[in-house]
Amino acid sequence: MSYSDFLVIHGPRLLGGTWITVQQTVLAAVLAVLIALLFGLLKISPLRPVRALASVYIEVFRGTSLLVQLYWIFFVLPLFGITIDKFTAGFVAVGLNLGAYGAEVVRGAIQSVPRGQWEAALALNLSPARRMWRIILPQALVNMLPAWGNLMIEVLKGTALVAMISVADLMFEARQINGSTYLSAQVFGTALVIYYLLGRLGVTPLMRWLEKTVARRMGRV
Amino acid sequence: MTQDLTGYPLALTGPDRPMVRFAGVSKSYGDLQVLDRLDLEVAEGEMVTIIGPSGSGKTTVLRMLMTLETIDEGVIYVDGNPLTHMPRGDVLVRADRHHLRRERANIGMCFQHFNLFPHMTALENCTEGPIHVLGLTKAEARDRAEELLEMVGMIDKRDEFPARLSGGQKQRVAIARALAMRPKVMLFDEVTSALDPEVTGEVTEVIRKLVAQHNLTMLMVTHQMGFARDISDRICFFHNGRIEEQGPPQDLFGNPQSERTQQFLSAVNEAI
Repeated sequence: MSYSDFLVIHGPRLLGGTWITVQQTVLAAVLAVLIALLFGLLKISPLRPVRALASVYIEVFRGTSLLVQLYWIFFVLPLFGITIDKFTAGFVAVGLNLGAYGAEVVRGAIQSVPRGQWEAALALNLSPARRMWRIILPQALVNMLPAWGNLMIEVLKGTALVAMISVADLMFEARQINGSTYLSAQVFGTALVIYYLLGRLGVTPLMRWLEKTVARRMGRV
Repeated sequence: MTQDLTGYPLALTGPDRPMVRFAGVSKSYGDLQVLDRLDLEVAEGEMVTIIGPSGSGKTTVLRMLMTLETIDEGVIYVDGNPLTHMPRGDVLVRADRHHLRRERANIGMCFQHFNLFPHMTALENCTEGPIHVLGLTKAEARDRAEELLEMVGMIDKRDEFPARLSGGQKQRVAIARALAMRPKVMLFDEVTSALDPEVTGEVTEVIRKLVAQHNLTMLMVTHQMGFARDISDRICFFHNGRIEEQGPPQDLFGNPQSERTQQFLSAVNEAI
């Protein structure tokens, strides 16, 4: 079978899987950002128990395997009475995992905002919440965006694991096609290229655009 | 560290009360004592300049007033009320954050490195506090900010981000930003030290104008002796966390009594 025949027959299934992968990536990315903001802020709380809680979260989700976490959420949580459908379990696991990495990025970016900015905000008598939200976080955002570019690629690639709980994403479809046709080179080669293109033409330009936009808003350009 | 605060009044009253009073204020960083039982009073409308060698505690005095540093001993009063402490019953206890936030509103500060918010335009820098702290409407805050930017000669640059401004321009915006909060006491912490020599004049001009036109109480730390001499009502020479000598500029610069003051001033003159 020529490669073009392969694409004609199996292309639609791979495209359908790609669409699910895109959805998983977007949802996981949104969750990862929220988790990262939350635990990044908790990590610099003046209260020690709050910081400890954030550390535990980050250690658990960064220190253990994403695949194991995915199985926990989909197969183990139901034993405790929490049942989540596989689509949701997929992006939740990826989001919680990459959010732990992101929390450290957020913490580092916040702490890299010059001390003088905190002091000027205090001298204006802004409330602690406003100091963070209006003065510190916008500047931290600029510092952290390049690191987020990396993490978003990780989110995209991480979603390939949701195939293991039968979410019909690109990887799942590729495995199904491979199972029935044994055209391994064609099917996984195509999947490889699609993943690469999603990152190269989707995630990376988007993050670059964000970096530029934010830099412009900061008056740096 | 607990200290006996029974000797300190709960408030300063009477028509002669100073705008700022440091009463027996001490501060150490580990073994290093930066302030040693400092007593300092600044009258309403007075312009006091602190000079002295680096490490003598000059900047610490301003940072304490701005509540950027805590104090170990003593009490600071601003406009009659304790700043670092608050009355509970008939004694003073350490101020909580609500008290600090209320009393801090009396004080404005300009920093050596300007510390403008880089993601806000000159105008937004000046309206942020008035809108979100003082509760002004956007229009009111804008009017007030434009008036002040006009005063510091920066009205043409109101929509520029700090990255597009020179050091002298940034510092003038920073002065407008602090004034927009209508403080009773203004602090200038080496506001010309980070500037190129040829633009210090534009900042000192603004401060001259403030001294001439407003009845603000001002405390300044500077290395510009000529400027300090011109505009100050009083000069305090700091050495090792204490006021070694103080007096009107013509006395302190013209006829310094203390040997340390003489040494410092001659060293400074040689540098010029």
